[in-house]
Amino acid sequence: MRYRYFPGCTLKGQAKKMEETTMAAAGALGIELQELPDWQCCGAVFPLYEDELITLLSPVRTLAAAEGDPLVSLCAACHHVLKRAQELMQRNEDARSKVTDFLEVDYNGGGRVLHFLEVLRDDLGFDKLAEMVKKPLTGRKMAAYYGCLLLRPAKVMQFDNPENPTIMEDFLKALGAEVVKTPYRTECCGAYLSVTEENVARDTSSRILDSARQVGAEGLITACPLCYYNLENCAGENDGKPVKIFYFSELLAEALGLTVEAGSAKERTGEVLP
Amino acid sequence: MVSIIKSRMLEEMKLQSGQDPACCYQCAKCSAACPVTAAMDLLPHQVIRYLQLGLEVELLESRTPWICASCFTCAARCPRDLDLARMMEGVRLAILRRREGNMFGPANLSPEQLAKLPQQALVSGFRKYNK
Repeated sequence: MRYRYFPGCTLKGQAKKMEETTMAAAGALGIELQELPDWQCCGAVFPLYEDELITLLSPVRTLAAAEGDPLVSLCAACHHVLKRAQELMQRNEDARSKVTDFLEVDYNGGGRVLHFLEVLRDDLGFDKLAEMVKKPLTGRKMAAYYGCLLLRPAKVMQFDNPENPTIMEDFLKALGAEVVKTPYRTECCGAYLSVTEENVARDTSSRILDSARQVGAEGLITACPLCYYNLENCAGENDGKPVKIFYFSELLAEALGLTVEAGSAKERTGEVLP
Repeated sequence: MVSIIKSRMLEEMKLQSGQDPACCYQCAKCSAACPVTAAMDLLPHQVIRYLQLGLEVELLESRTPWICASCFTCAARCPRDLDLARMMEGVRLAILRRREGNMFGPANLSPEQLAKLPQQALVSGFRKYNK
């Protein structure tokens, strides 16, 4: 299985762990993630006004660079922006012609835009994944945290049921973990408010962690570097047993019996260090 | 009614967000769904009510649009299929497009914050508060 891969800015920085563990796991699962050459940041937030065309240039450039091959990302925000930019290109002919003319690219809105979890569910299959698990996470009580960007708006994202998603729980089950559910699993972590309104983001993230603790979770998985940061930021503050925050890919690599050294993904992609 | 007809922000909003506040019947499910109402001075459904009434000045001075984190929960729960996140963006843009310079930038953050915050947070934050 071969895919074009869009890392996005945080995967090469703060969330390197998510890229490294995914790359190792993908290798073991026979999934080839071919990094797009000369990629640039997706913009992190999708422009919600239809005349904000400049902010669409970067994601559309990325979509065109995939040349019709399935395009995979790991970061929930990158996936959200790419998927919604694609939908806008399909729906709004005027915006499409302006953006593609400016970029001098040919893009008609085609190609699959996928999050890596969708690749595991839809292309590989969780049954197959379960068979490939070498060190099942037996007895580990894990909760899924979806956040916003993968699920909503559901009509565009088409990721899972926005109110009662199952993909992450099914993923955890395939890894052999004991799944616990928190009622706050689709609530917002506070997102970028941690930049401008830190206390608001602390409130929202604390609520999520408290609810995870109440259902007895020892760990929480996420697919978003910003959720990871916000949750991690509050993880030590609350009373009771701490809940550990993981990228979904960390548990994936662990269950596949892989030990991932920091810096390993960099060597594999042959990227030149500054 | 006069204020509704006169509201330029409202006209711009209908055109660029594809949302018509007049569709809202004030059930307030958006306010029930919103995870950050505690920090807001106007509740989400009140923002729509103000838009219906064309109360531009009050909206432009409100803290609420800047607290909205675009999590899209309101839109997911709206029985009228309105996307309030797009309307909130409209209020923010009405302010950003009329003012000179940006509202928030790296200069507003301490070196510790800049080192600690993930790239995604910085890019998102700067995008939402700047032109």
